[in-house]
This record gives sequence, structure tokens and C-alpha cells, in this order.
Amino acid sequence: MAENKKIIYMDNAATTAVRKEVLDVMLPYFSEHYGNPSSIHSVGRDAKRAVEAARKQVAAALGAQPQEIYFTAGGSESDNWAIRSAAEMLEKKGKHIITSSIEHHAVLHTCEYLEKYRGYRITYLPVDEGGLVNPQDVKNAIADDTVLISIMAANNEIGTLEPIAEIGKIAKAAGVLFHTDAVQAVGAIPIDVNALNVDLLSLSAHKFHGPKGVGALYIRKGVRMNNLIFGGAQERNLRAGTENLASIVGLGKAIEIAVAELPEYTVKLTKLRDELINGILAEIPDVRLNGDHAHRLPGNVNVSVRYIEGESLLMRLDLLGVEGSSGSACTSGSLDPSHVLLAIGLPHEIAHGSLRLSLGIGNTEEDVQYVLKVLPDVVKDLRAMSPLTRPACFA
Amino acid sequence: MYSEKVMDHFEHPRNVGEIADASGTGTVGNARCGDIMKMDIKVENNIITDVKFKTFGCCAAVATSSMATEMVKGKSVEEALQLTNKAVAEALDGLPAVKIHCSLLAEEAIHAALEDYHKKHPQGE
Repeated sequence: MAENKKIIYMDNAATTAVRKEVLDVMLPYFSEHYGNPSSIHSVGRDAKRAVEAARKQVAAALGAQPQEIYFTAGGSESDNWAIRSAAEMLEKKGKHIITSSIEHHAVLHTCEYLEKYRGYRITYLPVDEGGLVNPQDVKNAIADDTVLISIMAANNEIGTLEPIAEIGKIAKAAGVLFHTDAVQAVGAIPIDVNALNVDLLSLSAHKFHGPKGVGALYIRKGVRMNNLIFGGAQERNLRAGTENLASIVGLGKAIEIAVAELPEYTVKLTKLRDELINGILAEIPDVRLNGDHAHRLPGNVNVSVRYIEGESLLMRLDLLGVEGSSGSACTSGSLDPSHVLLAIGLPHEIAHGSLRLSLGIGNTEEDVQYVLKVLPDVVKDLRAMSPLTRPACFA
Repeated sequence: MYSEKVMDHFEHPRNVGEIADASGTGTVGNARCGDIMKMDIKVENNIITDVKFKTFGCCAAVATSSMATEMVKGKSVEEALQLTNKAVAEALDGLPAVKIHCSLLAEEAIHAALEDYHKKHPQGE
């Protein structure tokens, strides 16, 4: 039964499948071209060439120079490195960092660490009900001791696209380093580090059909960084350790394809997304869309379904072959629902009933229609079981 | 993550609903935390002849509510008072550690319903 069930995967913000073209270019780097890029013999040089070719591919996708791309083990590592390094290198200049309240935990927890153990002052900017940071707030928060601004390009839960270009301009004018967590944005919207005035940018391969466990940090030429890992000359002496060769090759290919396909990706996913959003809002009463509608990732749908709890909703959908995610407490591993949903002003009980469906290149019109067919019944079913009702909830 | 029994009770919850002339009702948890359980019991001659629940919560909350109703149905009031969260979790072949509080809620809901029954029926009937 479950084995033959058709799976409609709508959790592409969590991870994506590795594309066949990406896997194909990776495979030879496990057992044929297995060299250590640091070795000077031909087998090593072969591997080195592959790493540098991937670096060029990543740089080209971001409008950067190859020597500004540093391979890491993924988005969280890039975020940690960018923030800790900027903080430590500029400690003498000041100890103030500006970020937002809806960042990924890889950013927030690093800032909390600096706050708690290193004496930093962190400004967590609020967002509006759509999840947008106001660039004016960024400008107003800049003080003499501000050393870093870290604002994400796109939010992973509600899909809101932040005004990165405007913030970049403000940061540049003030002479403050600007980091953006672009893990959800790369491969989903156009990114140009120079047009955006970004100094540091984090990305992760598995969000755009590359392998897991590999990512990159863009570091603008001239930005001084300290070591993430000591012990070798890899990544310009900053991140030691033999390169994750096959995965780096995969990252290069994946980002190249994603950027080349961006125009059609955007058209296709925006259409499916809006169909799904409009369908859900039309078919199910007492549902709200979370996140800004106009400034939104092409594949992101995030709704709060009142009177029911997110994990139950997810598991019911899972039984029907639809894979999504939720910001409910039960899926976050704590008693509080997602910090992003609370930051946009949702009361706890409504945040608990959130459902994120993140579309990807594998999704079709039929998938959307199927979800629109089954979701209203699942909601009706769970609401019939819920002790919450409209007056009780909004009394 | 969940046992087959949990999934079975989640997918096919037993005793969902309300009892119009309930002998006792208990509601525990709160929406802020993401779990609310409401239990209605019908007591006749000191025996729980019917029990219904409504739950707002995760899979484990639904499954423990469902299992708890099965475990007290047909039992005497005294026997039902012996119901523990541990017994409910065991009957479901265990719960993930982070979900143990859900089984606690099921125990509390049954106890709250019994307490309400005692308040309304100080002499037993």
C-alpha cells in the first residue's frame, strides 16, 4: 500500500532531489578521479581542476570572482563562519550587530552566542506582518560600533523576499559589512553580489538540486576573515581539510543549471504557487496566508489553518502522499511555535496550525489539483475532532 | 518516529465526539501550547458506560486521547482513576520522548472529567 503510493513532494524548502545531470557529473569523482586536490601529481591536479571549475561556476552564478568563493559544508556553516569571523576580526572597531527577528537559527544562535559569551550587542529588527524588514529600521539602527548587518535574502518559512538591495546600499554608505543568508534565494531568484552590495553571502547546494553537506560562502575581496578550520592550505588557508570533491563538483553543476533555468522556473512555480494559494483560500474557511504576497519566493505557500494543529495536518497529508512541513511546536521540537510566525504577529494558537508547502521543479499542475482536492477534507476532518471553534478561539 | 499503534489511533481515532448529557467533562491543556483535550464521560452505576473526546493537537495528542478513552470505557470510576500516562504510552507501544507530555495530558483529561463527575454527583449518582 504505502510503497505504491504516489508521493507529491512539496517540501523543497527543506531539501530537493539531486538532479540526474548533477549526479552524473559527481559520480566519476568518487572512484575514477579520486585525487586529493592538494597533491601535485596528475591525479591530484585533475581533482584540483574540478574544484576550481566548480568555483568558477558558483562565482558566475553570483556575479562574483572565483577567488571570492569559499566552499563549506553547507548553509549553516557559512552563516556561522560569516558572522563569527566578522565579529572577531572587527572586535576593536565595535561590538554591535544588526540582524532580524526572522533569520534562520544558524544566524540567530550565532548572534546569541556572541551576545552571551563575547559581549556583543545585537539588534534584532522587527518585521511587518508580511515578514518584511524595513530598510529605514536598518539605517536607524546603525551606530558607531556597528560592525555587521546580517539580513536574509529570502525567509525559509514564509518565503518573504527581503529588500536586500536597499539594505546593501545603506550598509555600503555606512561602511558596515553586509552578510545575507541566501540559502533559500540562490536558484530561486536572481542574485548578483555587486548589484546587491553584499559582502558575505551563504548558500547551500541541496536547496537547488545539488548534494547535501556542501555549500559556499561568498567573501568579497578585501574583507578580512579568520580561519574557520586550522590545519591546511585549502580554501585560501581559511578552511582546512581535504575538499569534498564530488559534492563540490555537484554544487557547481547544480548552481549552473539552476541559474540557467531561472526564467522558466520562476514562471512555472509562480503560477503553481498562486493557484495553490488562491485555491486554498477559496476552498477552506478561516485560513490565512502567511508572508508577503508580492515579495515572495516563487515556490512558497505558507498558510495558517485555524482550529487545528500543524503536525496532525502534516501527518494526515503524508498518509495521502502529500509531503509538507509546519511551524507548529510539535514539529520544531519545542513548546513554542516557529519564531518567524510569532514575529509576524500570529498568536500562538494560529501559529500552531501552520502548513508550508514549498514547490519545486518536480511539481505539476496535477499535484496542485490533487492537494486542492484532498486538503479541504483533511481540514474538515481535523476540525470535527477539534474542541476549538470559531467563538471559543476569537472570543 | 511513531509506532504503528499510534498511527492507527491517529488515523482512526476511537470515540471522537461529545456526549450531550455527560456525567462529567474535563478540558486540559491550552491552545497556546498547541494541545487541548476535552473528555466527556457518561457514568451509570459507577461504571463509565461511554466516553468521547475532542482534541486539538499533534498525532500523539490525538492517539493518546483515543487510547485513553478505550482504556477507561467499561471501567468503574475507581479503576479509571488509576489510569496513568505511562499505561497510555505503553498501550500505544511507546511514544517519542518529546511527546510524553501528550500522554500526560490524556491522563489529566480523564482525571479532570472524573473530578467534574464527583463534583456534580457528590453521593455517587
